[in-house]
Amino acid sequence: MTSSTLTRPRARPRGARGTAARRDQLVGYTMVAPQVLGTLAFVVAPLLVVVWYSLHEWNVLAGTFQFAGAENYERMLADPGLRDSLVASLWFSVGLVVLNVSLALLLAVLLDQKLPGTTTFRTFFFSPVVVSLVAWTIVWRFLLQDDGGINGFLASVGIDGPNWLRSGPTAMLAVIVVQVFKNVGLNMILFLAALQGVPEEVQEAARIDGAGPWRRFRSIVLPLISPTVLLVSILTVVGSLEVFAQIDVLTGGGPGTSTTVLVYYLYQQAFQFNEFGYASAISVLLFIVVLALTLVQWQTRKRWVHDEV
Amino acid sequence: MSILTRRRGLVAGAAVAAVLGLTACGSGDAGQAGDPETPGDPVSLTMTVWTADETQLALFQSIADAYVEANPDLVSDVTFEAIPFEDYTTSLTTRLAGGNAPDLAWILESYAPEFVDSGALVDLAPVLEGTEGYAYDDLLDSSLELWQQDDGLFAYPFSNSPFAMFVNTDQISAAGQPDPAELVADGKWTYDAARDIAAAAAKKSGKQGLVVRDFDYQVWENLSTIWDGWGAAPWSDDGATCTFTDPAMVDAMTWIHDATFGDGAMPAPGTTADFFAGDAAMTITQISRASVLDDSFAWDVVRLPAGPAGQQNVIGQAGIGVFAQGEHPDIAADFLAWFTNPENAEQLAEFFPPPRESLLTAEVLGAANPKLSEDQLQAVVVDGITGAVTKPAHPSFAKLQETVRASLDPLWTADADVEAVLGDVCGSIEPILADR
Repeated sequence: MTSSTLTRPRARPRGARGTAARRDQLVGYTMVAPQVLGTLAFVVAPLLVVVWYSLHEWNVLAGTFQFAGAENYERMLADPGLRDSLVASLWFSVGLVVLNVSLALLLAVLLDQKLPGTTTFRTFFFSPVVVSLVAWTIVWRFLLQDDGGINGFLASVGIDGPNWLRSGPTAMLAVIVVQVFKNVGLNMILFLAALQGVPEEVQEAARIDGAGPWRRFRSIVLPLISPTVLLVSILTVVGSLEVFAQIDVLTGGGPGTSTTVLVYYLYQQAFQFNEFGYASAISVLLFIVVLALTLVQWQTRKRWVHDEV
Repeated sequence: MSILTRRRGLVAGAAVAAVLGLTACGSGDAGQAGDPETPGDPVSLTMTVWTADETQLALFQSIADAYVEANPDLVSDVTFEAIPFEDYTTSLTTRLAGGNAPDLAWILESYAPEFVDSGALVDLAPVLEGTEGYAYDDLLDSSLELWQQDDGLFAYPFSNSPFAMFVNTDQISAAGQPDPAELVADGKWTYDAARDIAAAAAKKSGKQGLVVRDFDYQVWENLSTIWDGWGAAPWSDDGATCTFTDPAMVDAMTWIHDATFGDGAMPAPGTTADFFAGDAAMTITQISRASVLDDSFAWDVVRLPAGPAGQQNVIGQAGIGVFAQGEHPDIAADFLAWFTNPENAEQLAEFFPPPRESLLTAEVLGAANPKLSEDQLQAVVVDGITGAVTKPAHPSFAKLQETVRASLDPLWTADADVEAVLGDVCGSIEPILADR
């Protein structure tokens, strides 16, 4: 019989363990450093600097930069132009979210059917997503002019089309539709992925229970894809508040101020009127609005998002 | 506060201060340019321009290279940075905001009071007057007016391009209308006559009649080329009172509205028409556009028509200023004195009608404008600059431009109440005028 002796594993010297741990820490910090430094430099620092600017009156031409306290924020309360831009932003956001989300969902449901030609259909609606935004908008500007392609087509079928970009309601509608067609393909793909993740057996069970197509969609599919609906809603709302190029190219904020949304108003104040301090205060307001809307959607998700119930 | 927290606070504060130091600090004092001191090393100068024409840029560079050669201790090189015209002023002010002011810049006339009043530019008068052989007295007083404040001159008006009426004589004769040149000779060249010709030509050709170039229902200040014939103006001379509701302006805008929506003499909103592509019978634009004309149709150029208040010449100006925030304002001013001296001004006259009386002759301008006859040059350019007014300008022009544009939009419908819309325009801009 041979005897064996158990020996305690030799503990690594304390100093060596500390060195390894520090090395692990160093590796970890190194791995996250680019992201953290990038966020600090290009997100956090500009945010702080904008808040600082918003407390100043900054005359770019004269080169003066004077502390103004809350003056820029007080000015916002009495600025009718800002009020108009908030109203325009509201109309644009509501129109865009309703049209974009509902159209994207409809297209995704159609694509989810096993029908011939779905690949072509999907490509057709997704291709604008990869087209340059400005190029897309310029083409639409030509189409929407009084003597443009759309009115030319309408005239060929005996309809006298409106001057789309020269009257308030049609100009806003035109801007919304141009933006919807630009991005609906992306949301459509997100919805399609969610729809294809709905378990077939759940739908089958509902079918056996006698549920019709609409009832199955409303009670089974929609709740199961509600996390995607939440994601798409947040992305679309935030995106709607950032719209700029379409306004600049299509309407320049007009006619009147009917399409001067908040970001365009901010641009005018900063880069056309050289009111950088006031524009900074407006950008702080925009940040708060985006944050508030995102938080509201996030907080209310428990009421309607399936996985959060 | 812990030491660490305090240190972090100091670092963050230093970072913000550094950013502000880079971007927001600069001299707000309006200085005078003086004799340049020789720097330790020769410096680089930058001038922003809105032309991208290679021939023009090559001319600028050759003049600059000659200056560098003559002043090797002062300047090592001069760079001309082209910024697209549409975004020019916005890009320029953004550069100023970023603490990256060019040494010299072209400045559009509408923004002249804004730049001059702000103290952004240095007074050039002492350097230009003191430069040997500059012939400061040769500069036309009327061309300097916009760029002066007190006794100072804050930019040199290097380009003085008159507005004129280009006419497509093919389309006009096809419509059986009188030749505008003959109407000028007979003293019957009026806006009403031009409108009748434009309406008839448009009806005959199915194209457009009279196009105020670059107006596009956005750049309303270009309409001043018409309303000056009524003696109208958007605001009072001191810039403090809105005059859009004055009878002369109401009459002029009613005329424009009727020409657009009444008899189709002017293109409606949303209609594109390029005279130089043969899309219209007439256009009001600057004489410098003559260079893009080819022989695809017969054309002529005549002075602006007379309105009820008589004939009024209008010029579009551009100035060159030296920024107080620039790194070398004295050297930049010295370079400007070289760039615009009589010899170089004559070279620049190939593209830009100069403000020098001695160079404003049909002979000098004719050498550079082969497409225009001496008679045309005399009648439209030489006579067009004398006694001309500029387009509207104001110290708060950027705000006024956008506010008037937005308030005028309701005017561009067939059933608009002209007087009521102009009343609203005044209501919108009066706070801005009062705030100056």
